[in-house]
Amino acid sequence: MSILLRGVAPLGGRPVDVLLDGGCITQIEPHLDAMDAQVIEADGLILLPGFVDLHTHLREPGREDAETVASGSAAAALGGFTAVHAMANTTPVADTAEMVEQVARLGALAGLVDVRPVGAVSKGLAGEQLAEIANMARSSAAVRIFSDDGNCVHDSRLMRRALEYVKPFDAVVAQHAQDPRLADHAACAHEGEVSGRLGLAGWPAVAEESIVARDVMLAEHTGSRLHVCHVSTAGTVEVIRWAKRRGISVTAEVTPHHLLLTCDLITGYDPVYKVNPPLRPDEDVAAVRAGLADGTIDAVATDHAPHAPHDKDHAFPDAAFGMLGLQTALGVVAESMVATGLLDWPGVADRMSCRPAMIGRVAGHGRPILVGEPANLVLVDPAGEYLVDPARLASLSRNTPFAGLVLPARVTATFLRGTPTVLEGELARREVAV
Amino acid sequence: MTELDRPGRHLLSAADLSREQALAILETARQMHAIQTREVKKLPPLRGRTIVNLFFEDSTRTRSSFEIAGKWLSADVINVSAKGSSVSKGESLRDTVLTVVAMGIDAIVVRHPASGAVQRIAGWVDCHVINAGDGTHEHPTQALLDAYVLRARLGDLTDRHVVVVGDIAHSRVARSNVLLLTTLGARVTLVGPPTLMPAGVETWTCSTSWDLDLVLSGKAFGDVDAVMMLRVQRERMGGGSGGGVHDIGGQFVPTEREYAIGYGLSPDRLDLLAEDVPVLHPGPMNRGLEISSLAADDARSVVLEQVQAGVAVRMAVLYRMLAGADEPASGLEVVSA
Repeated sequence: MSILLRGVAPLGGRPVDVLLDGGCITQIEPHLDAMDAQVIEADGLILLPGFVDLHTHLREPGREDAETVASGSAAAALGGFTAVHAMANTTPVADTAEMVEQVARLGALAGLVDVRPVGAVSKGLAGEQLAEIANMARSSAAVRIFSDDGNCVHDSRLMRRALEYVKPFDAVVAQHAQDPRLADHAACAHEGEVSGRLGLAGWPAVAEESIVARDVMLAEHTGSRLHVCHVSTAGTVEVIRWAKRRGISVTAEVTPHHLLLTCDLITGYDPVYKVNPPLRPDEDVAAVRAGLADGTIDAVATDHAPHAPHDKDHAFPDAAFGMLGLQTALGVVAESMVATGLLDWPGVADRMSCRPAMIGRVAGHGRPILVGEPANLVLVDPAGEYLVDPARLASLSRNTPFAGLVLPARVTATFLRGTPTVLEGELARREVAV
Repeated sequence: MTELDRPGRHLLSAADLSREQALAILETARQMHAIQTREVKKLPPLRGRTIVNLFFEDSTRTRSSFEIAGKWLSADVINVSAKGSSVSKGESLRDTVLTVVAMGIDAIVVRHPASGAVQRIAGWVDCHVINAGDGTHEHPTQALLDAYVLRARLGDLTDRHVVVVGDIAHSRVARSNVLLLTTLGARVTLVGPPTLMPAGVETWTCSTSWDLDLVLSGKAFGDVDAVMMLRVQRERMGGGSGGGVHDIGGQFVPTEREYAIGYGLSPDRLDLLAEDVPVLHPGPMNRGLEISSLAADDARSVVLEQVQAGVAVRMAVLYRMLAGADEPASGLEVVSA
């Protein structure tokens, strides 16, 4: 079945009619006849390449009470994503070919987004010996991102080996930068005025920055690709800016929450604001926004981290780290980057789709909106609003820090290979061709 | 009691108290104190009320102080020890607390190893919540009893200079004292090695120094009216490192010896203090570490007065919080008589 998007503005440009057929964009003209195509009136709407998330926790296998591949896929589709990378810190850990193939299979079964498994760098995320990286890369899941996310690959030798070892597969090591000696597992609040006043164990910026500084030098030494997860400090942005100028092959991501929220929010000790790395002060928020605007930071990645209520109903230091992000990502980016004039819609497409697809080597996603390209697309209403109601999120968990906020811009439809996964802001219950 | 000086629903932080509220509690404590020397110590005002001491962390002195305070006011006091984090038992803190509260109680007195736990709990329950120490955050009744003793010795605290020495970073006593003493008009100077100073202390309403001798000499921040020595955990010394979530670990100070030399209240430093300068310590004391035996047993030491004031102050808090505006001063006439 074909779909005609009438009067849609690709990347926010001049309105045209766009025909999707056979999983691809088949025509783009000022005016097209509908013929037998399903017509979607898209007057005032913007067409962007479907978003690609480099950093998603889908919790399956292991914590299916918090999220499943299917529920996370639904949240992703509703958020305008057509591909997500499922992090390896499941139970058991995704550190073998069998495990990553299973996650990919669950993703295909859900059929709402392309689920690309991330493989662990080290066996069991323990940071001691390399996981079977080559087997995962050569598996049918064709893993291209390896990460111990949640843990830092802090051993310099292991990090060096990982960077070297992924080279034959054109893969990338995605580092959760946290020196465990400077910020141990108890560290839960940005080290500064707020942590001192609240008596919470500090997570200093330098614990992130020193690892990133070391890693860019290792990337230079090995000539390998390094990706820095969830950049949260001004110093990290500076180090990456320097490394890129030097020609080092480094990319970086920032989460929506680090673009919008500051550490002042934890004053009431509500663990909905507990996340790793922690929320930072205003000046860091300004720096990561500027870094995303000038391209030092390549991508927005959600770090979508669902948690069951009983893992958050604790004192702040005892509660689980993490926040939901998939369904609110666009709104937060629109609020923090578009409404502020830091990023235009082509910029949003670049940071939320094109560059993340390139970093993860995700074929068919993050492509330009041209005839012949795969129809992995999202339709955005830039004038729309989205009231964040935790009870109405598709995730099985409710831990959104944006509850009650009205965010600008709204996903109205998402297309995976030409088939709508979301229509009029609701899940479209249809089979999607794989 | 008037609405102005009546404490709020909960006592979570020393910052919850206005000057009027704090002074009202201290005044009530003065009345309560009088009964401690009587043969029959029991008063009737909280008869029929039930208070649970919910302690997630070991404590002898604070728990027994609250227990005695409640009993002397005729409340039924139950001690619940919930040591061992509920996380490890698989139960959420919320479930643990709601289970206790569901038994129909009027107030819970909570001690928890995690900062902010008491704030969280107050958001879940209908009864009164009193913070008996949350992690490295606050211990407001300790600050009240310290203020009580200081006022007994010094009178009005306006412009009085109180020096607090030790592991400021991990001290809930220090945080609550800075807040309450400032509310009462006193000036506070915090002294300790840089590694034991909290992040952002320069934004606090007090002065700070790494040099105890300089501060005690009065040359840095003026004459000293009182000194409070904080307990320093022995595990802060040497090369130990943190294990559990609430285990802060070591590597803050090289050795006990070096700490005692730099920050202990030695006989020499005691000599720097005027004869009428009270020396406080929240206990338990590490003699020879943060305080020398000579100082601990000196006439200026008010450590036992602090313990005594603890009961009176906690009685005052419980009374002013639970007795209710509709039952004006019931039972207190006995005291003033």
